[in-house]
Amino acid sequence: MSQSAVLRRAPKRSGFSKLLENRNVLGLLFLFPAAAFLLVFLTYPLGLGVWLGFTDAQIGRSGTFIGLENYRYLISDSVFRLVVFNTILYTVVASVIKFALGLWLALILNEKLPFKAFFRAIILLPWVVPTVLSAIAFWWIYDAQFSIISYSLIHLGLIDHPINFLGDPTLARASVIAANIWRGIPFVAITLLAGLQTISPSLYEAATLDGAGSWQRFRHVTLPMLTPIIAVVMTFSVIFTFTDFQLIYVLTRGGPVNATHLLATLSFQRAIPGGHLGEGAAIAISMIPFLLAAIMFSYFGMQRRRWQQGGRD
Amino acid sequence: MAQATTSTAAVHGDEGGMDYLTRLPRRLVTIYLPLAVFLFVLLFPFYWMTITAIKPNHELTDYQHFSPFWVVHPTLEHIKYLLFDTDYPAWLWNTMVVTVGATVISVVVSVLAAYSIERLRFTGARTVGLVIFLAYLVPPSILFIPLALMVFKLGLYDSEWALILTYPTFLIPFCTWLLMGYFRTIPFELEECALMDGASRWQILVKVILPLSVPGLISAGIFAFTLSWNEFIYALTFIQSSENKTVPVGVLTELVRSDVYEWGSLMAGALFGSLPVVILYSFFVDYYVSSMTGAVKE
Repeated sequence: MSQSAVLRRAPKRSGFSKLLENRNVLGLLFLFPAAAFLLVFLTYPLGLGVWLGFTDAQIGRSGTFIGLENYRYLISDSVFRLVVFNTILYTVVASVIKFALGLWLALILNEKLPFKAFFRAIILLPWVVPTVLSAIAFWWIYDAQFSIISYSLIHLGLIDHPINFLGDPTLARASVIAANIWRGIPFVAITLLAGLQTISPSLYEAATLDGAGSWQRFRHVTLPMLTPIIAVVMTFSVIFTFTDFQLIYVLTRGGPVNATHLLATLSFQRAIPGGHLGEGAAIAISMIPFLLAAIMFSYFGMQRRRWQQGGRD
Repeated sequence: MAQATTSTAAVHGDEGGMDYLTRLPRRLVTIYLPLAVFLFVLLFPFYWMTITAIKPNHELTDYQHFSPFWVVHPTLEHIKYLLFDTDYPAWLWNTMVVTVGATVISVVVSVLAAYSIERLRFTGARTVGLVIFLAYLVPPSILFIPLALMVFKLGLYDSEWALILTYPTFLIPFCTWLLMGYFRTIPFELEECALMDGASRWQILVKVILPLSVPGLISAGIFAFTLSWNEFIYALTFIQSSENKTVPVGVLTELVRSDVYEWGSLMAGALFGSLPVVILYSFFVDYYVSSMTGAVKE
């Protein structure tokens, strides 16, 4: 307001250029396109989603406000409760294994190796390739009749009939988790490797002189130095896993008997093919508390890292 | 990022450390063997994809007479089917258009935003930076239902614009965050010199900052490209007609007909859909890695 008043009073050219020198005006001008995009296509839909969760909107019919009806229904819905359990199980198991194997792979890659850059490049491939397309490859690997895993195990004499990977509830859960781990390991490994490379070798030398064994060096040098980056990487990993959609949609579509349905796939199924937009939105919104918890975790991890490095705020 | 580079250099300075203490047989068991297993597991699906894509149908389902691990009579029949009897070329083209469009928009918008937050330092810049980071953590799985409604109301349903305009929601936060980190490493003195010489802020951005941040721009561009090439849930929800689909959606929804799975052409579709990103990635591995790790480290 006051700036436009200045503009009106001052001679036009100098006023305008003065305005452009003001960092607040210029800052907002530069920020405007990004802010507009994010407000229109991110903040507004987020609000709209929360609102939809309180309505009985259907495809082609805008709904009316029904309060907590959707949530009340979902809590009494045994499928929804099963899906919450599935999502937590999927996230916890997949994240823990991804972390363990990813850290192991990062430690291996941190050793002196020939062709290290090459290994690092091809190890990232599962992460780079579109999830849906690699999931289709897994679909074929898990085929009930022609699975290459079944074939190999039969050939080795370990089993005598093909494994029904995606047909049995427990096996289906294990199979989708395995595919998720396959895709997630490279991300965890390469980002942790970047963290490992910043740890000075002299710390290990000092620890060795003090008589630390390799486990003690790992436990008392590597882990503490890596903790902040582990917090951030695992937060990302947990968020990606918790809201996973593609893998399940390709491999099982939530079956058999909803054993592999996750919140995201259930939300899609009820909202788009099912037409119940309100209910789908309510399912999607119910993911937010979990995500907030993960974000808080990440935030404090970063604070700790800044504090360790003695950086500003 | 500069910090990371210097510390890596420091690590390389006294390279080796205590490596000479471990002998070869031990390294073989603790390092090379697990590494080989990791590599095998991580790369096998790609081998399997490729071998299936060039296998004739009679070999594909006959494990008695042909070893499934090898192909006796390689064929291009699946690829031919894909290119000439399906909408696959159209899907590739759509994916390319959407990806390039979304990437260009996101990088341009993010450069302005990152410069504004990191260098103009307007009141509240720090908070805006944090909000942008939080925006990156909002997953598409939460947004697709309300966005579908918006896309429909705006009349964008089933068009490329629906995707070009919605993909930046997850690209802008990431690119801005990445570029903020990059701009931070450019010395203030350069800008001050330019200001003294009478350059405007716009000139400084275009003539001083941008030429210095080409690596950062490439990193952001590559990452945005792969992210939007891989996007699935928006494309699945907002696009209906076969000729407007993107590769991931098209392969999954159009190539799978009833109960007969054409594994050969499915795998060929998956392979060719992955190739563009893999090729781009192979040229810019270091940029990709630095953007991935940079975003986590900042």
